[in-house]
Amino acid sequence: MGPEDLDQVLKELPIPKDPKVLVGLDTSDDAGVYQLNEEVALVQTVDFFTPIVDDPFTFGQVAVANALSDVYAMGGTPLTGMNLVAFPIKTLPSSILKEILLGGLSKMKEAGVALVGGHTIEDPEIKYGLAVTGIVHPDKILTNAKARVGDKLVLTKPLGTGIISTALKAGMASQEAVRKIVESMVTLNRTAAEWMKKLGAHACTDITGFSFIGHVLEMATASRVGVVIHSGDVPVFPEAVEYAGMGLIPGGAHSNQDFFSCKVEIHSDVQNLLVDIFYDPQTSGGLLISVPSSEAEKLIATLKKEGHGHSSIVGEVVEEPLGKIRLL
Amino acid sequence: MAVLDCRGLACPQPVVSTKQALDQLKEGELMVIVNNASSCNNVERFALSEGCSVKIREAGEDLYVHIHKAVGEHVRKATQPDLKAKKVVVYINSQHVGSGDEDLGSFLMKAFLKTLLDFETQPNRIILVNSGVQLATEGSKVLETLQMLSEKGAEIICCGTCVDFYELKGKVKVGRISNMYEIIDSMLEADRVIRP
Repeated sequence: MGPEDLDQVLKELPIPKDPKVLVGLDTSDDAGVYQLNEEVALVQTVDFFTPIVDDPFTFGQVAVANALSDVYAMGGTPLTGMNLVAFPIKTLPSSILKEILLGGLSKMKEAGVALVGGHTIEDPEIKYGLAVTGIVHPDKILTNAKARVGDKLVLTKPLGTGIISTALKAGMASQEAVRKIVESMVTLNRTAAEWMKKLGAHACTDITGFSFIGHVLEMATASRVGVVIHSGDVPVFPEAVEYAGMGLIPGGAHSNQDFFSCKVEIHSDVQNLLVDIFYDPQTSGGLLISVPSSEAEKLIATLKKEGHGHSSIVGEVVEEPLGKIRLL
Repeated sequence: MAVLDCRGLACPQPVVSTKQALDQLKEGELMVIVNNASSCNNVERFALSEGCSVKIREAGEDLYVHIHKAVGEHVRKATQPDLKAKKVVVYINSQHVGSGDEDLGSFLMKAFLKTLLDFETQPNRIILVNSGVQLATEGSKVLETLQMLSEKGAEIICCGTCVDFYELKGKVKVGRISNMYEIIDSMLEADRVIRP
């Protein structure tokens, strides 16, 4: 659902305050966090969506990697998962569903997450995802609300999965482009999260459906800071630039642009096509990490050695413009 | 002329259908009908990337994307005007030209924009501020002229604060919303800033 529609609905909900809710809906963060005791807080998140690649096993892997990412983005460790499935069992063979679930299970095994159940409904359109429960120490939660002026912003995966998936749906994506986004989307954010914690990151969020700009703005708004982004430093899939030029842009990108563009100051030198990619909804995107500037280079060097070759410093946290992005 | 009704089709089907139709068309016209801005942008962009020329007309909720494919080799043009080449910016801070009689001011604005089309040098950007934003919104008498200027390469940007002030959010029919930073940046980067 687009950010504007969602905002309309959530605005009206009278959610009671609870002191044990350490992270709730107020800050548009990645997961909810609920304190159990002095040492342990529960982290909960849920994610599901329609297929974005053709192969069912891969789709299962992507959906689980995407769901687990929200727990990693909070500095947490995922423990259990429950499948969410919608499938047209009367018109498609059950072997497809089995492949999806096998793909999901393979990622859960990799992450050390136990599958403890799930829920399945019949639906003309396939959807798959996961409800995840994890834990985090209450004093070590990495929200999106503590970015500090002077921090550097690091992005761990390239942008453009939405555009390339759209090109794939249109039958116009190259095999190489699909291979690249699949590799990126099935990569867990676990390692990146471990290193950001070790190097004293102040804030983190993951880049998903509201696009790079949307999620950066969530962090800027929650942290009450401004952000400068250097567009040339943001990692993007080159094929996404090409496909954006051909109009293969998902509807979600337009919704994102409509909702967020009033908070983005774009310098005239920034290429239009790059801006489209910055509004592109991502699936299983990278982590956006706000880290003390003294640790930024070390974080990049370590992430590159650990299989996150595209990690880059994409910008910095500033005082002004408050709650906005200056895109250079 | 072939007509492709892509209303209600989910992305990227409008682009897929347009591609199929253009692949079959050696040269000539194709009309693609869509009913949302995002499909319209995508189809327009695709057609331009295929070397076609494009005109867009609105009729109520529907958008008519008129594509012309020229005879000859399939040519792939640069897909977006290079924003680095911004030279001439038009700054319009009122819906009327000058102060005095408002009817005269509106008439002069219409004449200014229409005559602008006749020049070889075309503006790269047109900035609309204060009541100037009303020129780009529902009911404006110069929408078609602004659309033509846009097709000739002018990027039309409307001050967001002004759009909100006049309660015109969602009613901007040509161009996009912008902000003070971008407006000032455009003027500083321009070789020339002209005003009606």
